[in-house]
Amino acid sequence: MKDVRDALMIGRTSEGDLVRRPVSPFMLGSAYRFQISSATSILHRISGCVLGVGSLLLTLWLVCAASGDGAFSVIQAFLASWIGLVVLFGFTAALFYHFCNGIRHLAWDAGRGFDIPVMRRNGKLVFVATIILTLAFWTIAFMVW
Amino acid sequence: MAEFALPANSKVGKGETHKAEAGAKRIKTFKVYRWNPDTGKNPVMDTYEIDLDKCGPMVLDAIIKIKNEIDGSLTFRRSCREGICGSCAMNIDGTNTLACLKPIADVKGDVTITPLPHMPVVKDLVPDLSQPYAQLRSIEPWIQSDTPAPPDAERLQSKEERAELDGLWECILCFCCSTSCPSYWWNGDRYLGPAVLLQAYRWIADSRDEATGQRLDALEDPFKLYRCHTIMNCTQTCPKGLNPAKAIGKIKQLILERQG
Repeated sequence: MKDVRDALMIGRTSEGDLVRRPVSPFMLGSAYRFQISSATSILHRISGCVLGVGSLLLTLWLVCAASGDGAFSVIQAFLASWIGLVVLFGFTAALFYHFCNGIRHLAWDAGRGFDIPVMRRNGKLVFVATIILTLAFWTIAFMVW
Repeated sequence: MAEFALPANSKVGKGETHKAEAGAKRIKTFKVYRWNPDTGKNPVMDTYEIDLDKCGPMVLDAIIKIKNEIDGSLTFRRSCREGICGSCAMNIDGTNTLACLKPIADVKGDVTITPLPHMPVVKDLVPDLSQPYAQLRSIEPWIQSDTPAPPDAERLQSKEERAELDGLWECILCFCCSTSCPSYWWNGDRYLGPAVLLQAYRWIADSRDEATGQRLDALEDPFKLYRCHTIMNCTQTCPKGLNPAKAIGKIKQLILERQG
């Protein structure tokens, strides 16, 4: 720890000599069980980061579209390749997850949904909704392609 | 600063194994975190095989049996053995709870026991709780009122006003919730943590307390209060079935409401 808590890391042996105390194990997964509470929360963060990077991609696409036929056809070819499609699929999945879980956060900020059974049910609902919305999006996308 | 791995002196090694006595039929394996300041070595996980036919039903019964019959040097806090003192809070099978309220039968496979997470270890299962205690002091957990108390009676509350405190007064300050919170692991130097924030709300919600404004002023801080990202690990782990996340949500709402 590199903060004020470091002062508490100093202990003493039975002889009175100074000794550095260990930090007790803490990490999610290894020491603390992943539960739906922490899983939905960490995924909210990860999907938010994915959206940040994804909006750079969106900007790149717009810049290419604005700068002429040559650049636009290059970015279009990349996005239509299988790598591009995997990236876009991940981006939409992150978008729908962040959107659905964001509604859950709005409800919490409005003071609702704090009871454990409701929290667990809504958490599962977010996963189901993300899958349905992502698949529906891509079904429609391929139909109109 | 957020740290994701244990520092070198805290990495947990393999310890000794104590086999069950011959003839034991219902053997359960307990893996217990051990660290002794006198050895100068890293912490280890010692393994103890316990005959459940000769042991009480709770995890606390098992570690008391270990201390009495196998290894007297095992160190842990315990007192009431009925979930009201909060002493035997520890991480059992990957979540924080009170050893006295956790049935051994609830754990599938081996029972892993470590101290409350991301705390300085005093010895074995005893964490140093000075930080959360100091944070509790900082929220001034006592009634504050300018109005003098009636000379011949208590300060009265209606039944409804008293009901506002249900789900708050029951907190025994075991700090299972605070030490289950990733935000508290990483920002516990400045974030107050769910246990202390629930205590703060307990006084804000008290109809006899007249310092609500000052209390909210003191909490309105990016770290003290708003490091809560509604992860909900606190409520999920509370051995008393309380809801610290909801209490924190109410504080956030009150701060928002008074802005008009």
